[in-house]
Amino acid sequence: MATKKFMYLNRRSSFGTVYAIESLEVVLIAAAFEQDVSLAFMDDGVYQIVEGQNTDGIGMKNFSKTFHALGDYDINKLYVSKESLEERGLSESDLMPLVYEDEDDDWAEKSSIKVVTNDELKAIMSEQDVCLSF
Amino acid sequence: MAQICGAEVDEEGFLVDLKDWNEDICKQMAADDEVELTDEHWGVINFLREYFEEYQIAPAVRVLTKAIAKKMGKDKGNSKYLYSLFPYGPGKQGCRFAGLPKPTGCI
Repeated sequence: MATKKFMYLNRRSSFGTVYAIESLEVVLIAAAFEQDVSLAFMDDGVYQIVEGQNTDGIGMKNFSKTFHALGDYDINKLYVSKESLEERGLSESDLMPLVYEDEDDDWAEKSSIKVVTNDELKAIMSEQDVCLSF
Repeated sequence: MAQICGAEVDEEGFLVDLKDWNEDICKQMAADDEVELTDEHWGVINFLREYFEEYQIAPAVRVLTKAIAKKMGKDKGNSKYLYSLFPYGPGKQGCRFAGLPKPTGCI
């Protein structure tokens, strides 16, 4: 089976709608097919990977922890819109430290997060075979 | 709905409420599958429970194998060893014994 480039675009915050968790579920399922998978976070989607989420008060599963497992699923390209972060008064230091182990190189833990401008993100999107928006 | 030791399970035998889990339920599930639980089984079951606590998901077999190799050594982090413990699949059967949901991406 030929490998295709899949991008999952996340534009909504974690809770309130089912989009964020459904996107993550699809990503984990798709990972089983060993495709070239990347994730993009823009607009309110950047809130999905903010550090220190707590769902105690809303009786929902805190699935933000699951993002830490993505590295083990060989998903290590998480693009984050620079503009979307700035519009919300956020920076890369507010995001969870999401890492993967570089099996092809030196086995060191490296960051999966890449903050990119919207223009750069547009270029990355145009390289994809499939782009799924949540 | 079917029950094991008073706890509800779904049509595939997975616990409906993960909080119901205890060692007796685990032992009963194993007995029903004719699996005799050894320390080696418990090692994997406890690993699965810790993995779920940390990441909120039941890992896919490929990921489980890799994670166990990292934590418990290569002699345990391989499919042959894990399938010898859980003949119906370390993901599916192991997660069921551990009280976890069916692994995401289990096909």
